[in-house]
Amino acid sequence: MPYPPMLVQPMKDEVTRLGAKELTTIAEVDEVLGPAQGTALVFVNSVCGCAAGNARPALRRALEQSEAKPDVVATVFAGQDLDATHRARSYFGEDYQPSSPSFALLKDGEVVHFIHRHQIEGRTAEAVAGELVAAFGRYC
Amino acid sequence: MTFHPDHEALHGVTVVVTGASGKTYVGRYHERTERGVLLHDVGVHDPAAAAHPLAEWLRRQDRFGVKVEHRHLMLPPAEVGDVVPFLDWLAANPALPPHL
Repeated sequence: MPYPPMLVQPMKDEVTRLGAKELTTIAEVDEVLGPAQGTALVFVNSVCGCAAGNARPALRRALEQSEAKPDVVATVFAGQDLDATHRARSYFGEDYQPSSPSFALLKDGEVVHFIHRHQIEGRTAEAVAGELVAAFGRYC
Repeated sequence: MTFHPDHEALHGVTVVVTGASGKTYVGRYHERTERGVLLHDVGVHDPAAAAHPLAEWLRRQDRFGVKVEHRHLMLPPAEVGDVVPFLDWLAANPALPPHL
């Protein structure tokens, strides 16, 4: 059952104000990820305070700090926009297990870097941002 | 923002639990009570049935995410050995298998 919209909206806003494109429907996901060209960062947002509370600031820091950036930054909200999240995960391939919050960096339709929830827990936003910046520099 | 104050420090953290049975569990720690340790979204390595040795299996869980076999799993006290945050396990075992 999805969370109450009022609960998650501030968490969505924290990401969309960075310029991330919010994807809430299957059609929106397909429109953004379907072409499979260039680089796309998909942030799977979550209400989880333990990890998402660090993931969102990490995304902000990475986008502020990195000269190289993905062509597209998009976000889906796990536990809220269920269909869109499921569809976005279908673009990550069968090997990658569902995880939220998480980051998937795709290049020409293939996952080239993935940060799972367990790789966010217990790390600082700076550390996660550093990993994102390094991935942007390598692939974008 | 957190929705679960007043929980143990490990609450919400993905941990590796060494089982007395020889099995190893990776999942999100919820709590420890007299009934045992409750984990969410749990993958299990059973050396009798696993396709990969434990270290390689754990590396795959790290790379691809935890392959969930149990949404919720209560491990009885007699089964629970070491409980270590997954990131700590990875930091203590930095060697990568050659195929990764």
